[in-house]
This record gives sequence, C-alpha cells and structure tokens, in this order.
Amino acid sequence: MLQLFKTIFLVDLFQGLWVTLRNQHPKHIVTEQYPAQRPKVAERYRGAPRLNINPENNETLCIGCNLCALACPENLIVVGTARDKQTNKKVLTTFTYDTSRCMFCGLCEDACPVDALELTQDFEIASYTREGAIWDRQLLEEGPKPTQYQF
Amino acid sequence: MAQTFLDSTELVLNMGPQHPSTHGVLRVIVKLDGEKVTGTECVIGYLHRGVEKIAENRTWVQFAPYVDRMDYVAAVSNGLGYCLAVEKLQNVEAPPRAQVVRVILTELNRIASHLLWLGTHALDIGAITPLFYTMREREGVLTIYEKYCGARLTTHAFRIGGLQYELYEDFETDVKAFCDDFLPKVDEYEELLSTNRMWVDRLQGVGILTAADCKEYGVTGPMIRAAGVKWDLRKAQPYSGYEKYDFEIPTRENGDTYDRYIVRMQEMRQSVRIIRQAVDDIPSGPIMGKVPKVLKPPVGEAYVSIEAPKGELGYYVVSDGSLQPYRVRVRPPSFINLQSLDRMARGSLVADLVAIIGTIDIVLGEVDR
Repeated sequence: MLQLFKTIFLVDLFQGLWVTLRNQHPKHIVTEQYPAQRPKVAERYRGAPRLNINPENNETLCIGCNLCALACPENLIVVGTARDKQTNKKVLTTFTYDTSRCMFCGLCEDACPVDALELTQDFEIASYTREGAIWDRQLLEEGPKPTQYQF
Repeated sequence: MAQTFLDSTELVLNMGPQHPSTHGVLRVIVKLDGEKVTGTECVIGYLHRGVEKIAENRTWVQFAPYVDRMDYVAAVSNGLGYCLAVEKLQNVEAPPRAQVVRVILTELNRIASHLLWLGTHALDIGAITPLFYTMREREGVLTIYEKYCGARLTTHAFRIGGLQYELYEDFETDVKAFCDDFLPKVDEYEELLSTNRMWVDRLQGVGILTAADCKEYGVTGPMIRAAGVKWDLRKAQPYSGYEKYDFEIPTRENGDTYDRYIVRMQEMRQSVRIIRQAVDDIPSGPIMGKVPKVLKPPVGEAYVSIEAPKGELGYYVVSDGSLQPYRVRVRPPSFINLQSLDRMARGSLVADLVAIIGTIDIVLGEVDR
C-alpha cells in the first residue's frame, strides 16, 4: 500500500529533485571565472620551469653540473658550459628546456644540488608555435609573461 | 533466393572509437538482431604508447612518472604498485611514516576514481546531475594532491623507497575536513540515484556476471565483489601496512550493474574509514628508506599486486643488474575486466550496452598502455 502510494506520487523522483534544489543556493557555486579570476595554485605546484638567478648580483645560480639533464626521463634539458680561461671554472653558457616534451615530474628539480632549476607556480605556458615551447636561458631566467586580459 | 542486404536480419554496427559513452577510444563492433545484441568485439589500441617498452629505455627511477599515465584517474595507485615492486626487488621497505602517508593518498585516490566513475556512469545512463556533484567533491581530493606534491592528476607522489615530499603543514586538517564533508555527500548521491525508479530499472538485472564467470575471466575489483566473492587484496595479501586498519569488504550477491554501483558506493565509505584511522596515527620519522642514489637492483624478478580502484593491479619487474629494467610487465585491471564485456552484453539491448561498458569502469590509457 505504502509502495503504491510512493509509486503514484513519484516520491523517489521528488527526493532526488530536492537534492538538486538544495544545491541551488549561491554558497554552493564552485565555478572559477578563469581568466578573469586566476586560480591560486599550491606552493609546491609543478608548473613552468625557472632558472633562478642570484638577486644580489644577477648572476645565475646554475653551476652547469648537468645533473638535471641526466635525471630527466625525456632528455629534454641541454646544458651548455665553457671553461673560463682566467679562473679555470666551469661557466654556464646556454640552457635549453623543451617544455613541449616535459611531463612536469619534478625529477630535475630534485636532482639540482643548488636549487637553481625549479618548477614554479606559473601554469600558463602555451604558445602558438612548436618552437615557442622550447625555452632558452633568457626565457627561463625571466619567466613566462602570460597575457593579462581587461574585463 | 539470394539474400540481399535488405533481407538480412543481422546488422553490424560500430560503436566508437569516438563515442561519448565508450569512455575514451574504445571501439566496439556490435552485431545486432533488431535492438538485441548478439555479439560484440572490442577493438583496442588507439591509445597505445608502449609504456612497457619505454621502461626498458629508462632508469628505474625515471620510469616512475610514466606509470601514472596508464590509469590516469588512479595515478597514485599505479605509482604505489610500481614502487612496491621495485622495493621488493631491491629488498628495501618504506619507513612507517611513508607507508601511512601512502595508504592515505591511495585511499583518497580510490575515492577520486570511484567519483569519476559514478559521474560518467550516471551520465551514460542519463542522469546528468551527479556528474557536477562528483566533480566538485573530486576537486577536494585533487587539491590535497596539489598541495602535497604539486600535481593534480599525474602526481608522481611516491618514490622508490618512500616519499620525496614531507607532509605540508595542514595536511591532517585538510584530510579530516575532506572526510567530514564527504560522507554526507555520498548519502546525497545515494538519495539521487539508489531509489530513483529510472536508475533502478536501467541497472537491475543488466549485465549479470556470476562469480564463476568472474573467476573464469580473471575479473577482479568491485566487479567480483558484486558477484558475492569476498576478494580484496588489501585483506588477502596486505601491503603497505593495510593489516593495521579495520575495514570491511562490501559484497553483493547478484553481480548485476546495480550491485556493482552499490559496492562502489560502499567502498568509498570504507575508504573514508581507513583514511580516518590512518590520519589519526601518522608516526614521525624519516620518509625515505635506505635506497642508493644510483639504483641498481640485484639480478632477479619480483611481482607485486595491489588493490587498485578498478581491481588487481600487478607489476612484474625483471632486473638484469643494470641501471634500466630488463622488463616491466603490467597486469592492468581495466584490460582484464574488459574481456567480460561480451559475456555481459549478449542478449541485452543497445542501450544496456552503454550501461555495461560504464559499469566495468575502464580507463583506456590502462587498457592500451
């Protein structure tokens, strides 16, 4: 009898509808209005690579040890070094990082002994060309400059 | 009289690979008699990347991020399986703190995987609403991952021998808050679906797979538990300290699509139970075991299987004593569960076929590898 009542008056359907209605309240809105609102990603986020420079003298922190290139599963880092004639030290000359093949596993930053190479919180790294995805030393030191939209 | 095309009662149809309810790039060739399915054949391989071959050209440590890309919905479970296999080969064990954190993260992953399954499965059946809610709750899990290891989907959270990252400051509070929020939400999904007459009518008695069939096909995970077999590797052969936690294995008798839905809902509740026990009792200490910087496991082989959200996930690794694996073989749960599609689909309707594909909970990245 009760079952018949429930069947006729669509109790099970209204029960579900009530859940939907309960969730209509504005406090349940979770959608992010990207790009007007940019999400704040976590501190440890593994995004765009960055080659850190010493802020005091603007010299690179990288010592050219090639450990990141060896740690990378995709072999996408190429470190170019040259021997300085006067001081007889190894100096970094070029550094290329192919973000199109990168899977952001973080093994390169784990391998870096001086915390020069880092995966940062920048996540907007798309480019119009394939060549644009290959980052050279200058871009790695300055960081990407994503378009800022006006709303 | 020679049969012409129009005379024939049989019709062969292609479903997929670009079909929204084949969950990726699965192509099913369906033989139809009217609306009735008389046979199916799966065509896979559209997402084949040769992960097992890639392993032979990477070092043991370097291969770890690739396993995340097989079952990308449950990347953490994949990582755990691979790390446990190599640890067994190297004969090291992760420290207790690392083991507890691994349990928490894999159980969170089980919830995330089941949530995605629930949303997409309900969408296939025709209920759009649950998808939005499950995605909202899944976001909670992904945020915890993002804060812990910096990635949301392909996490690379575990390393061979333990963990790379120390827990962040509010980890315990975040996980507890998620558990408290999440349990009422599961009730909400059940309110939406479990008693809904359309949901019940579409699922009950559809795609029945008996316990004997399950064993014959090697089907594991929620599918075999829905058929009434109490088989869970977390209880049967505990790994990573699962024997310490108190939880139940939900089972059902009929082995139809509705039972598999109920089993997965119960599993999410059990996962919350495990997480709550684990997060209350995280031991202090190191997070990385004694693993050499240059990992060269001794000559030998090891097989480790874990209970991934979709079933038994096994890793068979062979070392020839060099820097790189000699062979890595994966026993993916999705691939083996997918075999049972034909048995379940025969005699059902085309609309039920969609429900049956959804209920297997396949991820094509794992089927094709």
